[in-house]
Amino acid sequence: MKKLLLSKLDEWLTTLSETQRIILPIKQTDQVNFGVYAPGAEVSLETLRTVKSAKDAFFPQVENMMNFRSEGKSISVETVPLEEEDFILIGVRGCDEKSFEILDRVFLSDPFDPFYAARRKHATIVTLACSRPDENCFCTNFGVDPTNPKGDVTSWIVDGTLYLTGNTEKGEALIASLEDANDEPVAAQQNKTREILEKLPFAHLDLNGFDGDHLMEKFSSSKWADLSEACLGCGTCTFVCPTCQCYDIRDYDTGRGVQRYRCWDSCMYSDFTLMAHGTNRPTQVERFRQRFMHKLVYFPSNNDGTYSCVGCGRCLVKCPQNLNIVKVIKALGGDRNDN
Amino acid sequence: MQRELMERIRALMDKGVADQVLAWKRGEFFYDTEPAILTKDELGEMVYDSFCGPNLSKYLIKEMPKIENKILALIKPCDSYSLNQLITEHRIDRDKVYVIGVGCKGKIDVDKIRAKGVSGITGVDENGDKITVHTLYGDTTLDRKDVLLGKCLFCKGKEHRIADETVGESEDTSEGSDRFEMVKKLEQMTPDERFSFWRKELSKCIRCNACRNVCPACSCVKCVFDNPNTGVQNKAAANEFEENLFHIIRAYHVAGRCTDCGECSRVCPQGIPLHLLNRKFISDINELYGTYQAGECAGQRHPLIDYTQEDSEPSIVHERGNNG
Repeated sequence: MKKLLLSKLDEWLTTLSETQRIILPIKQTDQVNFGVYAPGAEVSLETLRTVKSAKDAFFPQVENMMNFRSEGKSISVETVPLEEEDFILIGVRGCDEKSFEILDRVFLSDPFDPFYAARRKHATIVTLACSRPDENCFCTNFGVDPTNPKGDVTSWIVDGTLYLTGNTEKGEALIASLEDANDEPVAAQQNKTREILEKLPFAHLDLNGFDGDHLMEKFSSSKWADLSEACLGCGTCTFVCPTCQCYDIRDYDTGRGVQRYRCWDSCMYSDFTLMAHGTNRPTQVERFRQRFMHKLVYFPSNNDGTYSCVGCGRCLVKCPQNLNIVKVIKALGGDRNDN
Repeated sequence: MQRELMERIRALMDKGVADQVLAWKRGEFFYDTEPAILTKDELGEMVYDSFCGPNLSKYLIKEMPKIENKILALIKPCDSYSLNQLITEHRIDRDKVYVIGVGCKGKIDVDKIRAKGVSGITGVDENGDKITVHTLYGDTTLDRKDVLLGKCLFCKGKEHRIADETVGESEDTSEGSDRFEMVKKLEQMTPDERFSFWRKELSKCIRCNACRNVCPACSCVKCVFDNPNTGVQNKAAANEFEENLFHIIRAYHVAGRCTDCGECSRVCPQGIPLHLLNRKFISDINELYGTYQAGECAGQRHPLIDYTQEDSEPSIVHERGNNG
C-alpha cells in the first residue's frame, strides 16, 4: 500500500497531468462534476456524489461521430478519429465503478461501439472508497462493496491522507513513485464504514420478483399510474444515472455541411424512439414504466441477472419531485404486487 | 396544521365539494414529499410540512379534462400567483378548482442542509428559528433561515391571491430582501464579465429540461424543442451557442407571464440560477411600463401584450434614459 498526504495531492496531479489527461471531481460554481484537471482546479475528492456520474469519461453527453462537407456538387465524408490517448480517471466511487461493468455489457457486445471501447481501453481507473455513506445510498443491494471498490487502483481517504493500492499492472505503475504505507488505518475505516452500511435505511431492499419470470406481472401492475403521477417528464434521472446508456444520433446543420453527433437520450421524453407510426409510449405512465422495467427487469433478464442500477442514489437526490427507483422497488418488489 | 388541513379536506369531500385533492404525499424520508392527487381513502398518505416546496398549480392543467365536478387544490401564497396566471391563460378552468390556500412559513431545502456538510440525514426537529437535523453521524443545529429554499428568501408575502378558503398561518420570509439585487450586479458588469458569469453557469446545463417541465409558464402542449417537425428539435446542445440559446429563448417566451415562482432554480440539478434571466425581464418590464406582477389576479393582460399609446419605446428609453 502507498500513501500521499492530501495536501500534496495537487502537486502529484500536476506531475501526472504533464503526461496524461486526468479526469476527476471538480467544483464549478457550487456543483461537483467529473472534469479535466488543470493546475488550480478546485478538486473535490471528498464529495460523495458528483452531480453527473463518472460515465461521461467513456460515454460523453455529446460526441461527434462524423462530418459531411458539401462543396459544389460533391459531398465529402470525414470520420472522427477515435480517442486513442491514455488518461487517468480518479475518484470513482464503488457504485460508479460497478456501472462500467453494466455499460461494458451494452457497448462492448454486438454491435461493438468503437468510441466507447477506445476510451475504455485507454483509461487507468483510480477508485475511491466511501467512509460516510449517505442515508439514501443503497449500492450494497447490487453487489457493490463501497469500502473496497475495484479499478486499477483503489484509494481511501483517512485523516487527510490518501492511501492507494494497485490492482493491475498499470495501476501499480501509476502509484509506484509514492511513499509506502501500512494498511491498518484503511482496515479500521473499512470496519467502521461497514457498520454504518448495515444500518442504512435501504440496506436490504427486497428485489425478489424483479426478473424475466415476472415480466408481465410487473409490466401489467396497476401501480405504475400512481408511481408516475408526479413525473414531470424531464430527463434528470436518466442524465445523472451512471447506467443509463440510451442515445440518439442527430445531424447539426453547420451551414456548409452536417455534423453528425450522438447525444444522450431519455426514455422520459415524448420523442424517445419515435418512429414513423407515431410514439409507442403515448403518456408519461408508459415512459416511466419503461425506465424502471429496463433497470429492474429487462436488463437483468438479458444479462445473467445483473440489474442496471448500482444504488448510487443520484435519482433520489436529484428528481425535482422526489420520485425514484427505491419507491418503485418498494411498491412492486417482493410479493407486493396487485394483490 | 397538517391535521387541521386534513380534517378540512375530509369535511369538504364529505360535503361532496370534490372527491380528489391535489396535495403532497409522504416519501421514504421526512423530506422527500411528492406531489399527488389523493382520494378520500388515500388521505392518510397526505403530508403538509416544511418540506412541501413544489408548486402544485401546473399539475392542474393535466387534470382539467378528467375533472367532472371539482378538484381540491392546496395552494401556498406564492403558488397562487402561478394559478392565477394559468387561469388567465385559459389553461385552468377556475370553476373546476376549489382552492384551499395553505399557510406557509417558508419551505426548507434539504440540498442546502447537505451543502452545509450534513450527510446521512434521518430526521429533523423544528424549534422556531432553529432546526436540529438528526443524522447517522450525530445531530447538527442550523438556523432555519439559512436552509430555506432560494425562492423563500424572496417571499411574495402572506397573502393568497386566489383562494376559496385558507387554512393555517403564513409568514413573510423575505426579510426585506431586494429580489433585483443580483440583476443589478449583473447589469453593472462589463459584457465580458457578464458573459463569463453565464458561461460558467450555463456550461453546466445537461438539458434535462427540468426547468422547462416544472415551469407553470411553460405550458405548451408540445414544446418546439421536442417536436421533430419544427426543424429546431434539440435534445442536447451541439455547442456553446445552443447551450446559451435554449435558456435565453425560454426566458423570452415566458417574459411578462413569469410570476417569479422560482421553481426553475429549485429543480435545476446543476444549481444554475435560471430565475435571474426571468428577473432581468421582470426588472425591464417594471422600468419600461411600470411595476407589474404577473399572476396578481386572474384576467390581467401583461404589459408586453397590452398596448397603450402611453407605452414607452424601449429603444428610445435605452438610448436617452427614462426621463421623458
